[in-house]
Amino acid sequence: MNQKYLVPLAGVFLLFLVAYTGVEGAGLQWLFGVVVPYAALLAFLAGFFYRVMGWASSAVPFRIPTTCGQAKSLPWIKQNWVDDPDTAGGVFVRMLTEIFLFRSLFRNTRAAFHRNEKNRLSYSWEIFLWVGAMAFHYSFLVVILRHLRFFTSPVPGCVKFLTKMDGILQIGLPELRISGVVLLLAVFFLLLRRIFDAKVSYISQAADYFPLFLILAIAGTGICMRYFTRVDIIGVKELTMGLVTFHPVIPKGVGGLFYAHVFMVSILFAYIPNSKLMHMGGIFLSPTRNMANNNRAVRHINPWNYPVKVHTYEEYEDDFREKMIEAGLPVDKKE
Amino acid sequence: MADQIKPDELLDKIDHTPERGDWMHTAVQIRPGMYCYSANPASLETMDMPNVRKWDPLDEDWKLPENWQEIIHNGIKERLERFRTFKVFMDICVRCGACADKCHYFLGTGDPKNMPVLRAELLRSVYRNDFTTVGKILSSIPGGKKLYGSRPLTLDVLKEWWYYFFQCTECRRCSVFCPYGIDTAEITIMGRELLNLLGLNIDWIATPVANCNNTGNHLGIQPHALMGMMEFFTEDIEEVTGVNCAPQFNKKGADILFITPSGDYFADPGTYTCQGYLILFKYLKEKYGLDVTWSTYASEGGNFGSFTSFEASKRLNAKMYLEAKRLGVKWILGGECGHMWRVVHQYMDTMNGPADFLEEPVNPITGTKFENAKSTKMVHIIEFTADLIKHGKLELDKSRNDNVKLTFHDSCNPSRSMGMLEEPRYIINNVCNNFYEMPPNTIREQTFCCGSGAGLNAGENIELRMAGALPRATAVKYVHEKFGVNRLGAICAIDRAALPTAMEYWVPEVGVTGLHELIGNALILPGEKKRTEDLRFEPLPGVEEEDDE
Repeated sequence: MNQKYLVPLAGVFLLFLVAYTGVEGAGLQWLFGVVVPYAALLAFLAGFFYRVMGWASSAVPFRIPTTCGQAKSLPWIKQNWVDDPDTAGGVFVRMLTEIFLFRSLFRNTRAAFHRNEKNRLSYSWEIFLWVGAMAFHYSFLVVILRHLRFFTSPVPGCVKFLTKMDGILQIGLPELRISGVVLLLAVFFLLLRRIFDAKVSYISQAADYFPLFLILAIAGTGICMRYFTRVDIIGVKELTMGLVTFHPVIPKGVGGLFYAHVFMVSILFAYIPNSKLMHMGGIFLSPTRNMANNNRAVRHINPWNYPVKVHTYEEYEDDFREKMIEAGLPVDKKE
Repeated sequence: MADQIKPDELLDKIDHTPERGDWMHTAVQIRPGMYCYSANPASLETMDMPNVRKWDPLDEDWKLPENWQEIIHNGIKERLERFRTFKVFMDICVRCGACADKCHYFLGTGDPKNMPVLRAELLRSVYRNDFTTVGKILSSIPGGKKLYGSRPLTLDVLKEWWYYFFQCTECRRCSVFCPYGIDTAEITIMGRELLNLLGLNIDWIATPVANCNNTGNHLGIQPHALMGMMEFFTEDIEEVTGVNCAPQFNKKGADILFITPSGDYFADPGTYTCQGYLILFKYLKEKYGLDVTWSTYASEGGNFGSFTSFEASKRLNAKMYLEAKRLGVKWILGGECGHMWRVVHQYMDTMNGPADFLEEPVNPITGTKFENAKSTKMVHIIEFTADLIKHGKLELDKSRNDNVKLTFHDSCNPSRSMGMLEEPRYIINNVCNNFYEMPPNTIREQTFCCGSGAGLNAGENIELRMAGALPRATAVKYVHEKFGVNRLGAICAIDRAALPTAMEYWVPEVGVTGLHELIGNALILPGEKKRTEDLRFEPLPGVEEEDDE
């Protein structure tokens, strides 16, 4: 067995136990329900801000977009203005497609090599990673938005509507929320891919498995509370509204499972700025995607551009004057 | 070449499934055939590079300065502040693996450290250890490094960097597929800059850079020798066309300065492309009075400095504007090249501009304003020629290229750093009747590298080059078998230097050509004789039969 995923798995289990037993055994509701969430939120906001400012403080010396289509060129050549934009508007649309549709990942191919008389290397469209990533991110987004009902009173209409749409299949009671199921399946897919795809497994670190297990546990405890243990929603909302209004209260009748859920969410939030999960912020600052390919039309300024030693024409002519004259080349100085 | 690995042996080695285990604890094996010789000390000295000495990559001792770790640490720190790309790309990779099988070197060697993600992780693991808060904390806890995937910078790690950053051609194919646009070229550029801080360049890069600095071109061709080469070309062209197409050099007050990679002066089939330029310029001079000058001082379009450091790149590139200013031309025209155009398109204006002493480029023959080049004031000859053809300014007999069954290799930099995809195809369709595209996943922005770019076109790393060329060659082989393609077109001098070897190795029936060679064949020069041969002195289609009659 591979400790790269066993250690994070054990770690997540431990986190769960710490909160669960801490509440059920030691009565640490205040710690896990109030102190930790506030601290985690603070760590998230401060960390996120620090990281983004850190990136923003680094210079962008050159304009280096990766061009993925025909550039703006001669007037009769049709430009691909999304994949190779030359204006801010085009870049904006390109960034939208990257952020909301994972445009680049959509291109993904899978290479296959067959050692036989043909020795063919072939490439086929590989859509599953894109599907898995889209399913994961969007279901997670819906789940987060749905949770706004715990932090608002009255609950805004759009959150109610989203929740209603999420349960549109009307299976079971309480009715099944599609986003939760999709989230679980998507995380499972990404996890299995990481473990069983030899290439991805080889490049993976414990830090890649940890958030997957953590999100799995968060979704798992959430689903468990909704469909099986039937958590006391009124009590939960009392606590969450207390947090939002800065008048924290610890309700009666809410068990350890809920606190474990909240604790793991807190860990996730605090973990984000210290990890690869910062890709959510980094994608906005990626110079290969957020810059226009108008390099030769508009001069880009490098803030740290410095003068360099150049071998000048005069020095060159000094080196080669006689040979140049002999070869019939014009020279600036005759002697 | 005699003892080089056979194609079948090379294919036998390919396995895209990495063995189980931890890549961090698999020490690098520097293997002959896969690496380039170390830089000649004299070449490093010319460019004021540090730690000049003789050393051998196979030696245990690389003769590094005592404080080499500190030099690298400070080098990383400085570059994190100077390059947002570097900082962001160190932080945000999620190791999704989309890039893993996009690299030609991975596809050709199966070496997992040639997966772009791992190439970057070689550096990232050290970055995590030395530059992130979590990494610093975890490295003090037993087993913490393993959790975070971090490791300290040891000599083995440095050797691994050297080996693998000189197994990347900065082609940017992986960057097309990365959901965050992480560009391994950028990481390799940083890696090579860092290695150069310790004098760890390869000779195939360092010596061309020194040559280019001193003589004006990578090959070290001195001015009189360059004139001699041009005389040969002129004689050959005259034999084929009956017209004297001698170029002019270092002419003050010409309309346009023309700069092309020196590979085009030097070796077949680049030389035929060079002859194509001469024929085109002669035609434009005769028909429209366009005055084009070449330069011996700025006789290099390519820029091996860009495979060394931004500073070296800037030093070499500066000559283009300096020479244009000295000669008082209106604007600059650039030849068919790949990385040259990465530098000209994405770096030149920023590094050495503003070129306020030049005019916004206008084609005086067609009146077309090259809006896309109005600041840098340098136009790609493919844009220029496409514009001439579109306006009907060139009289072409495309049947002269009927022996050619062409496919087109998009070069990495024109396609992924410029977006020049349609212009070459427009030219091809106007000079060639038989044109067949390779499969869609191997052309345009998804094109494969020739396997020898970014200064890796040496002789001693032939196994690496042939392995890297496999994806390109396989696609060529496909159209060769399906359509009888016998010629591979490319608009890059490295391609013209590297692909003939690759074709000979993988698809021997296919030759390599630049597009201006085809133009040289098709263009009807005023006062030319009846042509019976193409620029390669091979009989034109139909000529042999006529002789028989």
